[in-house]
Amino acid sequence: MTAGGLPEQGTVPMFPDSLNLSIRAPVNDFIQALVTNHGWVFKAISGVILKAVLFIEWILRGLPWWLVILAFMALAWQSSKRWSLTIAVGALLLAVGVLGLWDLTMQTLALMLMATLVSVVIGVPIGILVAKSRVVRNVTLPVLDVMQTMPSFVYLIPALMLFGLGKVPAILATIIYAVPPLIRLTDLGIRQVDGEVVEAATAFGGSPAQILFGVELPLATPTIMAGLNQTIMMALSMVVVASMIGARGLGEQVLNGIQTLDVGKGLEAGIGIVILAIVLDRITQGFGKPRTEDARNG
Amino acid sequence: MADIEIRNVYKIFGHDSKKALAMARNGLAKAEILARSGCSVGLNDVSLKIGAGKIFVIMGLSGSGKSTLVRHINRLIEPTSGEVLFDGSNILDLDAKALRAFRMRRVSMVFQSFALMPHRTVLQNVVYGQRVRGISKADARAIGMKWIETVGLSGYDAKYPHQLSGGMKQRVGLARALAADTDVILMDEAFSALDPLIRADMQDQLLQLQQNLSKTIVFITHDLDEALRIGSEIAILKDGQVVQVGSPNDILDNPANDYVARFVQRRQARPE
Repeated sequence: MTAGGLPEQGTVPMFPDSLNLSIRAPVNDFIQALVTNHGWVFKAISGVILKAVLFIEWILRGLPWWLVILAFMALAWQSSKRWSLTIAVGALLLAVGVLGLWDLTMQTLALMLMATLVSVVIGVPIGILVAKSRVVRNVTLPVLDVMQTMPSFVYLIPALMLFGLGKVPAILATIIYAVPPLIRLTDLGIRQVDGEVVEAATAFGGSPAQILFGVELPLATPTIMAGLNQTIMMALSMVVVASMIGARGLGEQVLNGIQTLDVGKGLEAGIGIVILAIVLDRITQGFGKPRTEDARNG
Repeated sequence: MADIEIRNVYKIFGHDSKKALAMARNGLAKAEILARSGCSVGLNDVSLKIGAGKIFVIMGLSGSGKSTLVRHINRLIEPTSGEVLFDGSNILDLDAKALRAFRMRRVSMVFQSFALMPHRTVLQNVVYGQRVRGISKADARAIGMKWIETVGLSGYDAKYPHQLSGGMKQRVGLARALAADTDVILMDEAFSALDPLIRADMQDQLLQLQQNLSKTIVFITHDLDEALRIGSEIAILKDGQVVQVGSPNDILDNPANDYVARFVQRRQARPE
């Protein structure tokens, strides 16, 4: 038989079997061993992260809705000094409440804040190291590429095996996906600092720590804030995926909507996610703008 | 008071610096060393004695190695070979901590493009050296305000660098160096970025300050007029080598070679 007149295929393997080398079994064994022998380590980590995120959630859901909105408006004002943005933030959050998504939004927000917090704690120091050391840089940048391109389900499953269902693997998966831009932009920000200013600080006897905290980090802040902004946006885009492994919140609602063909429900929750994204984006963008108009040209 | 002596300093930029160093010691020309080893010779057997309490000018065209040389005096650049003596002791022996102390107390610097910290006010910039030393904010403020006044910037202490003109920025740079209260001030093309009138003002101010404070000032410039105007001794650098050292009159009357003579002639040809 020929398909469309072409010669038959499939009698000879396309790639020789003798060259096959599968890493499947060793990887599976490794994960299995990790779960059986060192499961307690992951349980402990899991416990800490869970406690922290539940605490954030407890605060956000415990506060009266108007106080949360006012707090966000205050942040918006702090970051932008613009009434238009401040009022828009208030109106958008009000819309979330009106759509009946308040509780879910607060759950998602808690997840986001936790993932972002851990991302900052991990990402900024790594970014600094990447900027300072060529070796660290050569190792880290390819790893970041992998983290950003590896389909998230590939690491969601082992995360599930190690940390169980729920918020913790969701947060970890979110961090893996969302931390690379923060590392990259911290690195960029530090390297962009005017070399002569650093030289001047050195010439006056500044120690490496004084130069890092007194000169490099302050001057890199706008770029680092742009990285944080990207991290938050990417974390939000993981919300639906995270809900598939049992994280509650807006993502779960979207999933529910899709599974029951309830388009309206899905759309509502989708709008909630978008609103959260807009609010967080505008606020962090405001903080990222240099305070003085051309603060970079000393 | 501090005497600075630079002894047989070589600086090679590039990977194969050992090979290039040997070539430079054998007297090969800069271009040939670059072609053979891929290394660029920044400084080639530079020896200088810089006496205390004077303005010592290092002059040369761009690429002559003058900015590289001045950075050896506070070890912003490490020599490939040679010694830098400060009051008789070799600063290349200092460890990281001692080097920081040396930079805090003995030598400060003024930069060509000002190198002010854009996120700090004029006052905060001026007292940077004091603050790094661990002096309290209040004490540093008093010192800073005094030097801000001295350089003629009273009332600008709370402004940010981007709100100042070029000349004012360099006054801040100068005040920062003076406030650090060091015996030696290195000035790397400090006035080159300023327009001619402001430049003349700054030169006058520097001479005035020097009369009152008698610091050791190492001044880098590419401009012979400037060198003659402010220098008590002038060293002329070409391709990383010292061509001539002498008083302004020596340079004008007895140029050591054609290179120096061309500088002098160009100057004399110009109508005063």
